[in-house]
Order: sequence, then structure tokens, then C-alpha cells
Amino acid sequence: MEYTNLAYVAAAVLFIIGIKRLGSPKTAQSGNAIASIGMLIAIIATVASFDLLDFKLIAIGMIIGSIIGATFAIRVQMTQMPQMVAIFNGFGGGASALVAASEFFTKHGTADLNTFISGTIILSVFIGTLTFSGSFIAFGKLQGFVSGKPIVFSGLQILNGFMVIGIVLIGTLITIGVNQDLNLFYGIVVLAVLLGVTLTIPIGGADMPVVISLLNSYSGIAASATGFVLMNNGLIISGALVGASGLILTNIMCKGMNRSLANVIFGAVGLEQETLSTDGKQINVKSSTTDEAAMILDAADKVIIVPGYGLAVAQAQHAAREVAEQLELMGKTVLYAIHPVAGRMPGHMNVLLAEANVPYDKLKDLGDINPEFEDCDVAIILGANDVVNPAARHDTSSPIYGMPILDVDKSRTVIVNKRTMNPGFAGIQNELFGFENTVMVFGDAKEMLTTLYKDLKEL
Amino acid sequence: MDMINILTVFILAIFVGNEIITKVPPTLHTPLMSGSNAISGIAIVGAIISTKVGGELGTWLGMVAVIFATINCVGGFMVTNRMLKMFKRK
Repeated sequence: MEYTNLAYVAAAVLFIIGIKRLGSPKTAQSGNAIASIGMLIAIIATVASFDLLDFKLIAIGMIIGSIIGATFAIRVQMTQMPQMVAIFNGFGGGASALVAASEFFTKHGTADLNTFISGTIILSVFIGTLTFSGSFIAFGKLQGFVSGKPIVFSGLQILNGFMVIGIVLIGTLITIGVNQDLNLFYGIVVLAVLLGVTLTIPIGGADMPVVISLLNSYSGIAASATGFVLMNNGLIISGALVGASGLILTNIMCKGMNRSLANVIFGAVGLEQETLSTDGKQINVKSSTTDEAAMILDAADKVIIVPGYGLAVAQAQHAAREVAEQLELMGKTVLYAIHPVAGRMPGHMNVLLAEANVPYDKLKDLGDINPEFEDCDVAIILGANDVVNPAARHDTSSPIYGMPILDVDKSRTVIVNKRTMNPGFAGIQNELFGFENTVMVFGDAKEMLTTLYKDLKEL
Repeated sequence: MDMINILTVFILAIFVGNEIITKVPPTLHTPLMSGSNAISGIAIVGAIISTKVGGELGTWLGMVAVIFATINCVGGFMVTNRMLKMFKRK
């Protein structure tokens, strides 16, 4: 047992070194490899420490899991990364919950099920199960199986409140040992599944980065809680690392939208009322063609590309890079402006552009790029909307007021590519589209960029 | 004493996590998320243990947990590697 614990410490150290190396694109790949070696050590040490293990059963489980996991990992497209991470979160949370449940059934009816053990089991089962069902709903929303729009019905918050109270009551009964009836335990599982669903369905597409980060954090906390159940340092440390990581990302995402976590999770109800009042404004836009866009770009020296979720939907990352390279060939400076909540998960745009071979040092985040718009000739907005809406700076009645935005309107000319005039996620019209210096080019981002590329070459 | 010990470990680990994760640049936030996600597959350790000690029902729950956690680990590390390979080439 001593050696096993030593191995867990080694694994934890490797995880920490691994995450540390994720701090730079140059060392990141080796960091991931180091972390996976840590995992291997932890697994081998565990298997070796029990002599009566049913190796066949474990091997079968691991082979099935590996095949499923590897298939997902190889097949997934970079644009689908958010749903991929969501579903993996779900499996991680589910695994923790199952382990804790297994402990409950084993220790049930014995003196081993003391207050500490049963309390941590309940916590682990609750968080793990909620992560499992919540992640699958998030996956469904991102994949389009479930509507990406907020699904809200009256009494939802009250229902959630009752479920939380129910879980706390039942959890306390089991924990202090008043009643450890198995049906009560099943009750916790059922309530946690429902709560995962009802907490996730009211959250709209653009708020997904927060939800995914939060679920990521939960999957870590669930693993930690399971570590407390099993008195296992390996699980506790690893779970805490993941929990911290998810919380930090959640916080960054909320700051990126200038909203509190509570507002993201419970805010969908209020959003509907607010949007009604702003719908009245009419905006006259100038619609244009790629020919004209090419001529505007020809006269520019400095171009900033602003990608949004529309770019991901259209799979237009390669087309964007081609246009950028053509512009560079024509002697222009090209930068990319990445808003923290562009896309559907933290860093979503960065991964897409990395896939398209855009050097990462050309991708600038909010703080670095905003001063650059002052002397920028053309900003090209590709399927982004709310993150470039100037109303966030001045319109106190706007639902997105106060959200830090990319100051694209300070560029001499703004070229906006959108599929249609449909408002963005926040449901508000974007006054930027009606500005004097804005030109709209409607259409699918990929088709538009491909045509623009040809037009630029023909200049 | 045991309880205090593991609580100490837990709290210190959160501080370490906080320290190293705030240093990861936004460019790498997606790989950070999928990589740390793979690490949360450490539940596989618990899953393996519970196939042994869990009795009949516990064994089967542990078996399903092994499958889930392996999907999480293998898929998570592989997909992170796929992404980071793209960041490396220039």
C-alpha cells in the first residue's frame, strides 16, 4: 500500500508539471504527454496493489472505454470541440458518481458507513450525477439535438429550489445516519439527474463557454469528493487541480461577458423581457459584394480579422487564413482579434485558427488588440455579433451593457460578414451594422471568403 | 488525524492548481480544458478499486465506471494531443 501511495504522489507531480507546461504552445504537447504518463502510473499502481482483482473484467472495461474514447478523439472536428469536451466531462463525472455509489452499496448496513464517509459519498454522487446529465444536455445543445435557445418554463426556478432542498434534506438524513434507506439514496440520484437537466436547458448557446467550464470544474470536484470517500490522495489532488482549472476558466468567461455566474445560470428568464424593448429600433445597413470588399482591402495597410461562432459554424477557418495570407502577400499587416467568449468554449477560436495553420502569435486577445483598432484600416468581422456591439459601451438599457467588447468601430472601415440580419444571441440588433463606416457582406462565411480570395487575386 | 491530513492535501492542491492555471494563456484554454478534463479521469483509480471491493452490484457499477473513466482519459489525452500538435507547427 505504501508503494501505491508513492505512485499516486508521482502521478500528481506529473499532472502538475504537465499542466505547468501547458502554459506555452512550445511545451504544451510534451506537458500533455507527461500528464498522460502520470495517469498510466496511477493505473498500473492501482492494478498492481490488489492481488485479487478481476483483471479480465478491468481489461475488458478499459478496452471498451479506449475504443470509444479514441474513436471520439480521432473523428471529432475542431469546430465540434466544445461538445466533445462536454461529453468527456460527463463521463468523468459519471465515473466518480458510480465509484461513490459502489462504495455506498458495499458499506451499506455496516458500521463503515459513518458520517464522514456517507457525507462524502452523497456529495460525490450528487455532483458527479449532475455533471453527467448536465454535460449530456450541453452536448445535445451544441450538437443541435436539443434547441440551442434557452428553454424556460414558468416555475423552473421554484422547481430547482425544491429539488435542491430535497437533496439537502435527504443527504443530511443519510449523512447523519438517521435513515440510510436505499430508496432515499436512489432519490438523490434521480434529483441530481433532473437538476443537471433543469440547470442546463435554460442556458443559451452563447453562454455555453461558462457552462462547459463550470461542468469541467464539477467533474474535478466530483473526483476529489470520491478521493475523500476512498481516502485516496491521488484522486483528491487531481480532482482539486481540475476543479480549480474549471473555476478559473468559468471566472474568465463571466468577466468576458461582464456577468455574474448567477446571472448566467439563472438569467435566461430576465433576458426575454429586456430584448422586447430593444427590438423596435430599425437599422439601415449598406449591403455590399466581395468585389467591393476586395477593393476596400486593397487600399488598406492594416487589417484585423475578428472571428466569431459564425466562422466555426461555416467551417471557414481555412478560408480565413487563405484570405489573410493573400493580404500579407499584398504587403498588408494582418492580425486576429480574439474575444474571450467568441465561440462556444474558452479558446475555441484559437484552436480553429491553429488548425488552419495561423501562427498563434498573430492571435491577440482583447486587451492587446483594442488599442490596435485606432490605426486599423479595415476590420473584417466573420460571424461575430454581440462581442463587437458598441451598445455595450454606452447603452445602459442594453442587456449586454458593460460587457468588454472589441472596439472594431474605431477602424476606418468595418466589413461585416453575416448569414442574415438575424440578431445575435442576446437577441438585440447591433447598431454597428448601421454605422457610416460599416459595410455588410451577407452570406455563408466560407463561401464569402472563398470568393473574396479570388477577387483579391484578380485585383 | 487522517481526515485533517487529506483535507490539507486537498486545500494545498487547490492553491497549486490556482497558481499554475492562471499562467496558461487564453490561446491554450481549450487544450487546458480538455487536458485537465482527461486528468479528472483519475476516477479510474477508484473505479478499478471498486470492481474488487464492491460485491456483486459494486463490481458492475465499478465496471461501468472503468469504461466511463477510460473514455474520459484516453479520449481526453488523445484529443488534447491532436490540438497541441496544431499549435506546435508554425
